[in-house]
Amino acid sequence: MSENLQEQLVLLPEYFQGHLLLTLIALALGISISVPLGIWASQSAKVRRPLLLLVSILQTIPSIAILALMVALLGGRIGLLPAIIALVLYSMLPIVRNTVAGLESVSDEIIEAARGIGMSSRQMLLHVRLPLALPIIIAGIRTAAVWTVGLATLSTLVGATSLGNFIFTGLQTRNIVAVTVGSVSAALMAIVLDALIGGIEWLSNHQNRAASPNYRRVRGALIVSLVIVVSVSAAALLPKPAADYVVGGKPFTEQHILASLIAEELSDAGYRVEQRLGLGTEVVYEATANNTVDVYVEYSGTVWANLMNRDDNPGRAAVLEGAREYMLNEDEIHTIGALGFQNLYAFAMNRQRADELGISSIEDLIASGQELSAGGDMEFFGRPEWQSVRDTYGFDFARKLTFDPALMYGAVAAGQVDVITAYSSDGRVAAYDLLVLDDPRQALLPYDGMLITSPEAAQDETLLAVLSKFANSISDDLMRAANRIVDVDGGSVSDAVDFLRSALMR
Amino acid sequence: MSSESDIATPLIELRQVSKSYDDGRTVAVQATDLQVFKGELLVLIGESGCGKTTTLKMINRLEEPSAGEVFLDGSEVRSLDAEHLRRNIGYVFQGIGLFPHYTVADNIAVVPRLHRWSEERIAERVEQTLDLVNLPAARFAERFPDQLSGGQQQRVGVARALAAQPELLLMDEPFGALDPVTRSELQEEFKQIQQQLNLTAVMVTHDMTEALLLADRIAVMKTGELLQVGSPVELLNQPQHAYVEEILALPKRRADQLEQLLHAPGDQV
Repeated sequence: MSENLQEQLVLLPEYFQGHLLLTLIALALGISISVPLGIWASQSAKVRRPLLLLVSILQTIPSIAILALMVALLGGRIGLLPAIIALVLYSMLPIVRNTVAGLESVSDEIIEAARGIGMSSRQMLLHVRLPLALPIIIAGIRTAAVWTVGLATLSTLVGATSLGNFIFTGLQTRNIVAVTVGSVSAALMAIVLDALIGGIEWLSNHQNRAASPNYRRVRGALIVSLVIVVSVSAAALLPKPAADYVVGGKPFTEQHILASLIAEELSDAGYRVEQRLGLGTEVVYEATANNTVDVYVEYSGTVWANLMNRDDNPGRAAVLEGAREYMLNEDEIHTIGALGFQNLYAFAMNRQRADELGISSIEDLIASGQELSAGGDMEFFGRPEWQSVRDTYGFDFARKLTFDPALMYGAVAAGQVDVITAYSSDGRVAAYDLLVLDDPRQALLPYDGMLITSPEAAQDETLLAVLSKFANSISDDLMRAANRIVDVDGGSVSDAVDFLRSALMR
Repeated sequence: MSSESDIATPLIELRQVSKSYDDGRTVAVQATDLQVFKGELLVLIGESGCGKTTTLKMINRLEEPSAGEVFLDGSEVRSLDAEHLRRNIGYVFQGIGLFPHYTVADNIAVVPRLHRWSEERIAERVEQTLDLVNLPAARFAERFPDQLSGGQQQRVGVARALAAQPELLLMDEPFGALDPVTRSELQEEFKQIQQQLNLTAVMVTHDMTEALLLADRIAVMKTGELLQVGSPVELLNQPQHAYVEEILALPKRRADQLEQLLHAPGDQV
């Protein structure tokens, strides 16, 4: 077994349990909300159309949007709660619809018989209509269960532990083994739940064979399996040693490496540490402001442009200071320090080609830019950064091409384009030995990596002391080399962390 | 056998009862007077849409009259709680209407359970009623409706209607869906049960032969109007309406044909 696979399998029990717990809670809540709603809808034509419309509309909202919306509505709260609410909303359509359909499928003849012998509406519902609608209602629950297992993978994005942790971490760090482990486990869970609920559906369909040995066997097997499934998921609820601190991270390689580095350093210092990775900027920032996440790496330019809505560029030191002050004053988020490297949009060239043309800074492009071709990612030439470069330096390229970032670096190395708009800390800058051009007129917004902590964590002197050693310790070259291990050389995040730690010891 | 000549109090009395739908545009039953006496079996007959089933359903408030009054044992039915009223009247349905998710025993126990009888009393009663309709409890009690033949299902239907020991039985084309042999078997058995228990019964049918064989009195309806009420003999001898004569013609002709067949020369054994 490869080391990578072993590393992933160690995580499997926790992620699997988390995923199962999310699914079961969401499903249980979904059933207890949707079945009564379905009953209500089946009894009143006035309720029915608007309700079915509403649950259908809920279904059309992209799931990621619902998750993000829940985090926002809960005031930046991440974890189980927003994930469960979103999953419950998604599970409603098939259950409500099948409850209505099931209740309506009961023949008029039987309803009339129930009425004719003197049952009240309530007795008819409980003793006749619901039992007869049960197989159809359960079929709806079955559909909802499979959907929920699939969607629960997305709850990783709002910081709830699920099999999505494998998938997103894997995608973000090019770890195909992790993606496979996550996907296969989620598929297996969906199959098992589908089979279990299918079994319950069979039982409800064959209530009139309840005395047969076959029925009893199926029922026995189902009860045992259900007990197992519920106890496996309930085990996730057992009080675990609570983490002292939570390290957060955004969805790309550099963030995974830095979060692991911080986490290892903190556990070496004796803290119990948890990681919540792959979070969006808004989510992780809000979570840090309200102490759900305690430490993560933010970028000065992101705070400046996205949170402060500034479009000027007073220079690297001023942006850094501005970002630090803003976070402290607005959200009591404490900055331990800048790490030393930047992850900004930068112009990069094949070193040989740059030498030939005598180019070492963006200023040199003023003379020759008109004859050169440039490649950027999907958005760069539409971003304020490009406008700023054009306005500040007063030149344009002969041709501008857009690339997938994965192809861009290879293209400039092979001479297909002359200049690309690289991410300055990307490992492929190092791998292809590209030259990053200077920006003497500060047209490009600086993006210093900043180590920041939640208001509560900032009170812990020991924590600050442990982490302050990272201030100004990771150069552009060092960060690039670490990113390269994962993105280019196929190493794991822990390989990159080992590399960084040994480099920092020196 | 009771008949009209008995001095009896009516158990059911309809006074000028009408039923219309769509704000009076569709009339189902028109200003009908009808009495049903204790212990008699009254058959409501007519073609589909004549208002016979609606008339039946107004007795246990499955339908409410648009005008007029319905008395049961001296009380206007709308003064009684509808569910309570229905629980005290046995009802046998055209489509049988057994609950498919209940065993035979549970189907029969439905009304006693609504009455909150003790389980012990219910078990005893289930056995009695199954006995009454000639289904041995040992073989049938735990079966489900889909494991029974049509005839057996309707026997259970009758048993369910009788379970709570009602005085009055309403039957909506109870034997209509059965094959001829089973039908006549059940008709005969039912007539016996009705007499044995001295049940008052109102039965809806469109089958004149059935009406003639079972009824103490027959009420003929056409397009919402009650044309004539009388014993089979009265109807046969003194039809007061062309339509009554017409619907009696078919069973009469059949009887004549059979008579001729039986007395045809050469066919006698």
